[in-house]
Amino acid sequence: MTVAKENTEIRLGGVGGQGIALAGTLLGKAAAIYDGKNAVFTQTHGPEARGGASRADVIIGEKAIAYPFVTHPDILAVLFPEAYEKFRPDLKPGGVLIVEADLVNPSAEDADAVRLPATEIAKELGSRLATNIVLLGYLVGATGVVSREAMQDAIRATVNKRHLDLDMRALDAGFELADRDTPND
Amino acid sequence: MAKTAAKIVPPQPVSRVVTGTHFMLGDHACAEGAMAAGLDFFGGYPITPSTEVAEHLATRLPAVGGKYVQMEDELGSIAAIIGASVAGARSFTATSGPGFSLMMENIGLAAMMEIPIVIVDVMRASPSTGLPTMVGQADILQARWGSHGDYGVVAYCPSSPQECFELTIDAFNAADRYRVPVFILMDEVVGHMAERVVIPDADKIPHVSRKRPQTKPGVEPFLPYAPDKDLVPPMAHAGEGYKVHMTGLTHDERGYPHLTADTHNQLINRLIDKVRLNAPDIIDYEERHVDDAETVVIAYGCTARSARAAVDYARSDGLKCGLLRPKTIWPFPATRIERLINKGSVQRFIVPEVNLGQLRREIERITQLPVVGLNHAGGEMPTPKAILEVIKS
Repeated sequence: MTVAKENTEIRLGGVGGQGIALAGTLLGKAAAIYDGKNAVFTQTHGPEARGGASRADVIIGEKAIAYPFVTHPDILAVLFPEAYEKFRPDLKPGGVLIVEADLVNPSAEDADAVRLPATEIAKELGSRLATNIVLLGYLVGATGVVSREAMQDAIRATVNKRHLDLDMRALDAGFELADRDTPND
Repeated sequence: MAKTAAKIVPPQPVSRVVTGTHFMLGDHACAEGAMAAGLDFFGGYPITPSTEVAEHLATRLPAVGGKYVQMEDELGSIAAIIGASVAGARSFTATSGPGFSLMMENIGLAAMMEIPIVIVDVMRASPSTGLPTMVGQADILQARWGSHGDYGVVAYCPSSPQECFELTIDAFNAADRYRVPVFILMDEVVGHMAERVVIPDADKIPHVSRKRPQTKPGVEPFLPYAPDKDLVPPMAHAGEGYKVHMTGLTHDERGYPHLTADTHNQLINRLIDKVRLNAPDIIDYEERHVDDAETVVIAYGCTARSARAAVDYARSDGLKCGLLRPKTIWPFPATRIERLINKGSVQRFIVPEVNLGQLRREIERITQLPVVGLNHAGGEMPTPKAILEVIKS
């Protein structure tokens, strides 16, 4: 028996403080409010939220989403080694894997994983706090799971004005890296 | 040297109803539902997974002039909201299993004194401390029967953040309309998931006011517990000048203790009947493909989400299968189920729950047809696939 999948499942994994939950919320917001799709966001609740691998899950679809949990992500982005180890086995065969280049060392079978220097780019732009936004920029730019405009709108509507300039530059940096990896002309 | 205290910024005036499209947690949507319903007073004690309700209201409610009090515990919380309601406030608390248990005694007091209160219980795996951060649906019968004695209550069970918003408004209206304790039985999955929530214009929010005395204060005799035809007495508020006596003892229409079997029997039957006889106006449910269904899945809260998907898959495979989703668990939509049975096509019911068969028993009480449970004691909700397997079995 197979249950058809119509939705895109995205899991963001990291460690407390990397902004995983905010990134997941922003992604869900972009889809549900600004792209007019359906989206569900869930996150780790429990001891693992205070250290260890934490996760933020988003499901995006055209129709109403029934079961709210990610089981086999189509897209897995991890910013921390423990999150890679914990969540990698769930990745759908042929799914997109993005890892933080300086922190996560993917195994040989993941040779084609995207190694994204998100933390380094964020630092260069002014603060490592924008690491999650660089990641979002790349993820959205490369997969098109939500539109770039929707992502920008969601960030503008959500983040503190003090960080908005940094976050928008971080998002653009992510878009640019995605364009370099996936040239469409 | 001690640091200078941070400058305290007073809450910014914001609107009570945040009209617009949001991407919001179920817990926050419940809090916004309370705001939109005209919440005046919140007294509570934080407990996972309901904490986000309290946390959200701690900033939202004072910003529009409401009162938010973090109480010493759940005994204090329920007592505080009963007191505030007696004074005329729309009153609310948020809790989860262990806190709900602590509130049981005074829930009976509110039922006996006919004080409108609204409690959200975001259900986690239980009993006792159980799995604090993980889902459960095992407070269904506690909500109905948890305090000692016979009394009537209303309980809503939302399946999405949007419904957390809408049913919280319904809960406040039902509490004031019928002068009963009203529960919103959310569960951890629905409380902790974010989804689109559309909040309408303030003038589109349904509002039902408390029935108030027709006579002016001081005009005797005023009988605070003399019911109208709908069995609900008009409510005078403390401090208005009406002579009102309220007690948990069996009382007459003046509110004075009247400790006889006859008075007791009459009073308690009225407390039950004001919910039972008004049930057609209170009960709310959603149906999907039930008209020719041979198998009807009955599910609520998070479980209904998986049930909906399972029923849709089963239909696409040609199985005659439908979903009945009670939005009010109490009063239970028994009449609707009986009507379905009487149509003749239903051959069995399937009742998935994150408990060991609490609502299943309600359905077994009204039918000889097979009632199949799909049960888990708590910590996870059933998948669509698990429910589909039972449908196909």
